[in-house]
Amino acid sequence: MEHGTDKMGTSPGQLHRLCRRRTPDVTFSFDGVAMHAQEGDSLLCAITTLASHLRVHEFDGRPRAGFCGMGVCQDCWVWIEGGHRVRACTTQVREGLRVTTRGPLLPGMGAETSA
Amino acid sequence: MTSRRTEIAIIGGGAMGAWTAFHLARRGARVMIVERSFPGAQASGVNYGSMRIQGRFLPQLPLSLRAQRIWEESERLLGTDVEFRRTGHLHVAVDAAQQAKIERYAADALAYGLGVEILAPAAIRRRWPWIAPHAIAASWSAIDGAVNPRLVVPALAARLAALDVAVLQGRRVTGAERLGAGFRLETAEGDVIEADMLVNTGGAWGADVAAWFAEPVPMFVAGPSEMVTEPLPYFMQPTLQIVDGSIVIRQVERGNVIIAGHPRGPADALKMRARMPGAKTLTNLQRVADIIPCLSGASIIRSWSGIEGYMPDMIPIIGPSATTPGLWHAFAFSGHGMQLCPGLGAVLSELILDGRSETPVGAFAIDRFRQTQTVDEDYLRQEFDAGVVKA
Amino acid sequence: MSHMDGPGIVIVGAGPAGIGAADVLVRAGLRPVLIDEGRRPGGQGYRKSDPTLGLSLGYARAANYKRIHAVFTALETQIDYRPETLVWSVDGRAAYLAERGAVVDAGLSYDRLILATGATDKIAPVPGWTLTGVYTLGGAQVILKDQGCSIGRKVVFYGSSPLLYLAAAQYIEAGAGKVTILDTTPFARKAAASLKIARAPSVLCNGVALLAGLKARGVTIVSGVSGLRIDGEDGRVAGVSFQAGRRPMRLDCDAVAIGHGLRAETQLAELAGAELAYDATFDQWLPRTDADGRAADGLYLAGDGARIGGAAAAELAGRVAAMACLADLGRSIDKAELIRLRTRRDAYHASQEGLAQAFAWPRHAFADLPDETVLCRCENVTAGAVRAVARSLEGVSDINRVKALTRCGMGRCQARMCGLAAVEVAAAARQEAAEALTYYRPQPPVKPIFIPEPALSEV
Repeated sequence: MEHGTDKMGTSPGQLHRLCRRRTPDVTFSFDGVAMHAQEGDSLLCAITTLASHLRVHEFDGRPRAGFCGMGVCQDCWVWIEGGHRVRACTTQVREGLRVTTRGPLLPGMGAETSA
Repeated sequence: MTSRRTEIAIIGGGAMGAWTAFHLARRGARVMIVERSFPGAQASGVNYGSMRIQGRFLPQLPLSLRAQRIWEESERLLGTDVEFRRTGHLHVAVDAAQQAKIERYAADALAYGLGVEILAPAAIRRRWPWIAPHAIAASWSAIDGAVNPRLVVPALAARLAALDVAVLQGRRVTGAERLGAGFRLETAEGDVIEADMLVNTGGAWGADVAAWFAEPVPMFVAGPSEMVTEPLPYFMQPTLQIVDGSIVIRQVERGNVIIAGHPRGPADALKMRARMPGAKTLTNLQRVADIIPCLSGASIIRSWSGIEGYMPDMIPIIGPSATTPGLWHAFAFSGHGMQLCPGLGAVLSELILDGRSETPVGAFAIDRFRQTQTVDEDYLRQEFDAGVVKA
Repeated sequence: MSHMDGPGIVIVGAGPAGIGAADVLVRAGLRPVLIDEGRRPGGQGYRKSDPTLGLSLGYARAANYKRIHAVFTALETQIDYRPETLVWSVDGRAAYLAERGAVVDAGLSYDRLILATGATDKIAPVPGWTLTGVYTLGGAQVILKDQGCSIGRKVVFYGSSPLLYLAAAQYIEAGAGKVTILDTTPFARKAAASLKIARAPSVLCNGVALLAGLKARGVTIVSGVSGLRIDGEDGRVAGVSFQAGRRPMRLDCDAVAIGHGLRAETQLAELAGAELAYDATFDQWLPRTDADGRAADGLYLAGDGARIGGAAAAELAGRVAAMACLADLGRSIDKAELIRLRTRRDAYHASQEGLAQAFAWPRHAFADLPDETVLCRCENVTAGAVRAVARSLEGVSDINRVKALTRCGMGRCQARMCGLAAVEVAAAARQEAAEALTYYRPQPPVKPIFIPEPALSEV
């Protein structure tokens, strides 16, 4: 799992910014690593411009980085700390958000498992 | 018009008909199933898959325990895994009346060979910490379990083919009558079938068949409310239900959590349509959250219903016809038939071929409605939406 | 719903069809509820680009786009507008809602329901389509318009659809690097269909101009592509290999946008009582309506969710449906105007039929998909598994039986991504027509809804 910085030239991310938003910077964390995005970015954009994927599929164990971008394919779910799950493509990034690819430890659930 | 002949004709290719055919064929009988669409198309394929023993009408326990022994062998018998798992059932009491009910049942069931364990809150919390704290007692039955109903009848159908059972699919029986010492059936598709004996496992349509033989029964139809979540990390082994059946929850190994809950709503046996109403979904969503709080935030991805036959006394019709020798009934399983079906098939095959069975089913005689029946109205109100029960 | 405001009319979808319908109703003095899943109006075709991006694309300067958004802005205070709201079920003349996934605890009653639910991409899976870096065509456009991003640095647009060309042009316009178009339909088929496309002359003209513009910018366009496979490294797209005619080719790339036209969202229509029928032109089951969009008592359908027609047709269909609704409520309507709208709408529909021929669903390619190709990306079910079960079924051959036994289509996306392909693969395995297997029956909720917070307080 690679988390890059926002150097556009050598980013290991998937999405490639063609223009910068004219909005304030936002800092959030993804699996504990600090990342930078712009207000107005979807979580899908914020994460996958810098990282190669945002989820590991529960049945094939392979990475996923979204597919339809519009809330239909249900492939881009991430966990928000506090126990909520959201679709990355239809959720906006916020300052201080803590996003994880793996589920939180919940009562009765034996161990951390992937989303 | 196509003429056919067999020894034993079975109307209805659901779980009851298929298991009965299985047991009969294994003992060498020539069997023909006449099925309206495809085997397992109706309630058999869409039910909750609950292999529940505790909580049953006590005289049903011998049949239920026998069935469970066969389920434990199901992978060997069917040649494939239909996901029968002995994961146990927990009946949770949230008030004093429910607690008294499970304690009474635990005492009564012992005489029938079923031992269940009554647990206090501390023990519940220790073993299953994901249950909400307002559970005041629970009854734990370790031999109960679950199955994937969608896989059962298709697996049986493959075995039936190997046993040379004829399965006529896409055939709607329009009438059946006595013919000499045997029977004659007609289908809408132009078949005429003659048989020595007839078995009515017509499910939610079984009362129509009984009516052809002048033994009407006060069966009505209803649809269970079922829904399922997305796959979630596996954490729930047993099936959990609140004693009054208002919510039933279990998780499969793949991770999906399956949820049902009473009261049941209407189903349309003529249009072959049943759907879980939106308002009911809302109610059951809240009930899930209240009893298993860590499921908040999980997504529901599908809901469904089915068409099931019910009797006002909430127990099935099993046994010989009261009017016509050679005719056998097994229908109206009142929402709890899936667990019984392998046992039911064994018992019916014994009654038909041997004239007797080691497992008593006298309590389910079709002619019990000739006497006045006391029906528990309060119980029915809890089990069904207003307007569903037509007795 | 307040009946003091007149009959309760609910419109689902704030794309061009929904906006057109709302406009007609408001002009008649009514105050409909307009429900939409998105944050901003416009649906997909007229998706309002995020202003903070400062991205200026040609489509946003087009007259229709500007007009639709102006219409909405004028309407907004005169309707009950509910964005970021999902209608997850309809029954008993009530719509069940969820706001950002959280269910609303009572149904919304209505007298009339206008569904303008639109469409999503129709997908024909290929080996490697679950690698990261593969997106739908629609997804590639949304990511550009909403996020100002390209899906990669070397993008292949693959499939068969006018959107391949439109999306590629938008990417070039926005400054994306290398863009290649791989079209599975041979050029000859497009030429043969051009007369039909010309039933709406603007559509043909725009298409030709688009193609010319792309060629002028040096974009590589290959037609008649078959047998495409996406290959990857570490789970990410690394390139594509395919046949161009009979010539094997390979291209390096880091992203693929895939799409073969549009797939109508018909689930709510069916739950609300519409009947579906197989449409051989669009290779899918579409709701039956009369000439004005009536599908059942009190139910009206408009836009791509009823019949694939494109954004201009959708607006016209929305207006027609709303007029039909008014007529049914006993209001007087301008019959001449209704006929004019219908005629214009029908011309677009005829043109779309030409487009469907020019950009064909690769019906014959499904039999050639390797067994190990994943069909259902939610449940990880392969083409081989679907074929095996499909072949084993006796009697009724119905995709819902295949679903029950393979789990294909039982995942979170509710068969939206794999449903049409699964039918084609199963049908080919049985040597039956796709129509014989029917379609995935919708079950509520039509999209996932969350289990809420507990209502009981902790003891």
